[in-house]
Amino acid sequence: MKNKAISYPYIGWMGIFVVAPILIITLYAFTADAGGFTLANFRDMAQYASAFGRSFLLAAVATVICLLMGYPLAYYLARETGWLRRMATMLIMLPMWMNFLLRTYSWKFLLERNGLLNAFFGLFGLGPFQMIDTQGAIVLGMVYNFLPYMVLPIFSVIEKIDPKVIEAAQDLGADSFTVFRRVTFPLSLPGVLSGITMVFIPSVSTFAISRLLGGSKTLLLGNLIDMQFLGSAYNPHLGSAISLVMMVIVMVCMAVMNHFGDGEQGVTL
Amino acid sequence: MKKNGLFSRLLILLCFLFLYAPILVLVVFSFNASKSKAVWAGFTLDWYVELFHNGMILNALWVTLAVSALAAVIATVMGTAAAIGFRNLRRRTRSVCMTVNNIPLTNADIITGVSMMLLFLLAVSAWNGSLGRMLGIKWNMGFWSLLIAHITFDVPNVILSVTPKLRQLDPNIYEAAQDLGDHGFHAFRKVVLPEIMPGVVNGLIIAFTLSIDDFVISYFTAGAQTQTLSMVIYSMAKKRVSPEINALSTLMFAAVVALMVIVNLRQARQDRQARKRRETLSAQ
Repeated sequence: MKNKAISYPYIGWMGIFVVAPILIITLYAFTADAGGFTLANFRDMAQYASAFGRSFLLAAVATVICLLMGYPLAYYLARETGWLRRMATMLIMLPMWMNFLLRTYSWKFLLERNGLLNAFFGLFGLGPFQMIDTQGAIVLGMVYNFLPYMVLPIFSVIEKIDPKVIEAAQDLGADSFTVFRRVTFPLSLPGVLSGITMVFIPSVSTFAISRLLGGSKTLLLGNLIDMQFLGSAYNPHLGSAISLVMMVIVMVCMAVMNHFGDGEQGVTL
Repeated sequence: MKKNGLFSRLLILLCFLFLYAPILVLVVFSFNASKSKAVWAGFTLDWYVELFHNGMILNALWVTLAVSALAAVIATVMGTAAAIGFRNLRRRTRSVCMTVNNIPLTNADIITGVSMMLLFLLAVSAWNGSLGRMLGIKWNMGFWSLLIAHITFDVPNVILSVTPKLRQLDPNIYEAAQDLGDHGFHAFRKVVLPEIMPGVVNGLIIAFTLSIDDFVISYFTAGAQTQTLSMVIYSMAKKRVSPEINALSTLMFAAVVALMVIVNLRQARQDRQARKRRETLSAQ
């Protein structure tokens, strides 16, 4: 087939709706409202340093918890036989079909001061605990919403591991822990890396989860950006600068992680 | 491989409990007679009845379905064409295109959202300040900008789903069709399309799902007048969500579960038939 022309409409589309917006946001970040080049937007960001720190910290914690929960889940699901393994992908994806804001909102009722969880703890004479409107609730919301993004890539990688490779390791005298450490885990690393990316990026940039579960006091980067574009603190130039810095930090994090990931893989294989 | 023990089964169960508990809460409380969610006040179907009288929710549902369906179809056509065309580009151009194509996939949604919003705002103010003022036509962000934004994040997913199928495609069959006198679109439709169809359909479904579920990008690109379901839910969720929304989500969730069951049963039947056919073939 020699019809490259049929991709031209989309190439034009990408130029207008993917490349141009990135250029505009860069331009906005370096200009003032009155026009003219300025670095003031980046200087103004200093007051939000705590929001930067908090966002990256909470997202990192959520990603680690997702990995600690998601890896065993994916691993054991891939080792299941029969219907559970066949239905595993579907069972993990199914919750995503219910609007994520509603599912997050539903946690509010579980976590509230007179909510279901505190009622449950009350049966044992514990609590009530302050769970809603805390940073812990935000992390929980992130873990809950993005856990499937961790499980699915790891599951699909482990599922494709040739059982013969594992049998070979066993024949060579490896116990089950050694098999996991030397064979299964290194082979599942690509899934782990893509899982980390898919959890970390939406976590660090979320504004709905922190708004719904974290109360109005805890500001994350997403909330800051939201405020600059659609909220009370309207200032798209500052918002663009925050977005740009966040984008660059995330890109650097991912590049470093992928670099190390590849390196490790090369060594163990 | 060793079978899973009791511990791992328990772990799987707990994880699924974690994933499904909030959904269960939503479904149960969609039948709750009390408007306050914290207490159970008896079974009712009132919220399901009221749902169909709530103009705002129904309108948002309509906007969501329309934009998702339109965006998914347009993105599937454009994305499939792009995936085919990309293969015939020079190596360097192709890798640039794939990199740009990956931007909406890897960028945080909020950045895609706000950057497109800036583009739309500039376009609108440029129009309203020049040609629009001359013609007396005022332009605003709304359904059109929402649709463009959805198409933009749908297409990369379609391409991601179609490209592997194209790679599996035998390049000779298209040439064979041409040798037999079929040309251009007809040869494509009769020969190439059936081969890549699973990828195309898969891309369509993914695009539709992503569009229905999207909140962040819609929130920034829909303008002040247009609202999708997610946006209605977000503005409610800051205070109290009315139980009609629970009822609607329960209905949508039930529809998806039903669809999944049907698809799975069909798949299982096809697998069985295929196996039977193989067996009869090998018996001959």
